[in-house]
Amino acid sequence: MTLAVARAMVRGGEALTIMTPTSDAGSRANALDLRGITCTFPPSGKGEKPYTAVRDVNLTLADGEFVAIVGPTGCGKSTLLNVAAGLLPANTGDVRIFGQPLIGINDRAGYMFQAECLLPWLTARRNVAFGLELRGVDTAEATRRADAWLARVGLSGFEDRYPKQLSGGMKKRVALAQVLVMEPKILLMDEPFSALDIQTRQLMENELLDMWSADKKSVFFVTHDLEEAISLADRVVVMSSGPATTPVAEFNVDIPRPRDVTEIVQSPQYLDLHRRIWEILKKEVLKSYERGKTVAAS
Amino acid sequence: MNNAKRHSIIWGARLAIIVALLIAWQISIEHSRIAAFFLGSPKKIGETLVEWFTTGSIYKHLGITLMETMLSFLIGTGFALILGLWLALNDMCAAIFDPFIKGLNSMPRLIMAPIFAVWFGLGIWSKVALGVTLVFFVVFFNVFQGIREVSPVLIANAKMLGASRQQLVRRVYIPSALSWVFSSLHLSVGLAFVGAVIGEYLGSSAGVGYLILEAEGTFDIETVLAGVILLTTCALILDFAITLFENSLLKWQGK
Ligand SMILES: Nc1ncnc2c1ncn2[C@@H]1O[C@H](COP(=O)(O)OP(=O)(O)OP(=O)(O)O)[C@@H](O)[C@H]1O
Ligand SMILES: [Mg+2]
Repeated sequence: MTLAVARAMVRGGEALTIMTPTSDAGSRANALDLRGITCTFPPSGKGEKPYTAVRDVNLTLADGEFVAIVGPTGCGKSTLLNVAAGLLPANTGDVRIFGQPLIGINDRAGYMFQAECLLPWLTARRNVAFGLELRGVDTAEATRRADAWLARVGLSGFEDRYPKQLSGGMKKRVALAQVLVMEPKILLMDEPFSALDIQTRQLMENELLDMWSADKKSVFFVTHDLEEAISLADRVVVMSSGPATTPVAEFNVDIPRPRDVTEIVQSPQYLDLHRRIWEILKKEVLKSYERGKTVAAS
Repeated sequence: MNNAKRHSIIWGARLAIIVALLIAWQISIEHSRIAAFFLGSPKKIGETLVEWFTTGSIYKHLGITLMETMLSFLIGTGFALILGLWLALNDMCAAIFDPFIKGLNSMPRLIMAPIFAVWFGLGIWSKVALGVTLVFFVVFFNVFQGIREVSPVLIANAKMLGASRQQLVRRVYIPSALSWVFSSLHLSVGLAFVGAVIGEYLGSSAGVGYLILEAEGTFDIETVLAGVILLTTCALILDFAITLFENSLLKWQGK
């Protein structure tokens, strides 16, 4: 952790990087520890070079913490979540879950994927009940809990629809219910709300905050949207542009809770943080954009 | 309302075309001996068909042909599902068996019919064997490809939700493979039917194909054509039944 912050301060340059007071947390294990993670993808064809998406990434997620990760598109945010989920083995580095080294799938975590992931041959209800059924919960009970969660994400009345018959935003909400019904200790969320309209999005964000504060989950939340990052998280991590992405800065969000995402954006604290984070993020986004252009030109 | 009108126009036109063709046919054979010899009389064909069904003599043959179709389809699909799943989930085996499967698939299978007759006798099983070889490959390639192309995110999601290897096969791979079986249903049932009829035609003692074979031996063109019409109607009905089945089952595939 200290190492990550030190690097963040160096990389962050003139930006004021706020440290997280985690040094005293030695007594309680972090929910998630990524240490020195490097991921290199093999070349996609002959004559191409292997691509190092993330290099030497150190990230922690304290128990009960809500961390937002922002960064330019293609920088490696999803890659990091895949590593944390145990779906993608890192080339170097290690992953610890509540202090234990991660082997195979991370069964303490629920993962809400960026891409569409509902089973097309199951109805919304059966999709949400799917994980419970895998775990051996009997059908009636699984159905009851699935319906309750569908109601919480505002989809009562749509239980018997197939994914094909749902809109993009509805599918996202079914996916959210599918993950949350499992009551995971750690939540990995990859741009979960980006397909939603602003009103539904704020409802979902508030729902997520309620649930998070009610049973103290630890959340890794990837987003493109700085406003969303600040209004939800305890800490915002800014990633550099790829390749060989690494965190460049971290910001503590000390806006008091409980927060209402619709109101928070007017507070001076929010505006100040937004300005400071955007200053760094903008540079990375521009770098990533310039690199994209030169690659396209060559 | 408009739709219903459109519907009745379409069906009316279809009926008119058939009637016109039949009349033209009947007229041409009444004016030409040669036409009568080559085309047969539609009236007689109709009479043959009516006789088949009123005396009930056709049911035995039709039953056998449909039974062979059904068995070919079920057995061929069953094997294809099992082998398709197995090979799609085992890279090594897939690599080993690849040339064999491609080779067997490009082998002209109709030529195997007499060999099947030797192996399985002149009863229904030699026809079923022929049908199976036709059905198997269509379904196999569909299942294999289907499994290989199951979205990796779907798999990852099921794993994160706690699916074991076995649950993954049962709850993700098999449903996904089945959807590919359904997508090839028209083709595979059609091939099962073709396999049965051709098998009968190449040597048998019962079935609609056998009736046609027998009639050809005596240049009884009317019976041959009556048989062909019967087979065509059966094929259409089968196809229609599959469409109904698909519509009821595959709601999730959406329109
Ligand atoms: N399986 C793969 N093989 C090769 N390269 C990959 C693979 N997966 C990801 N990459 C590359 O790694 C980089 C990071 O990808 P990743 O999906 O983690 O980005 P991201 O930060 O989630 O982007 P976005 O915000 O657009 O979702 C990208 O440049 C991508 O091209
Ligand atoms: Mg991503």
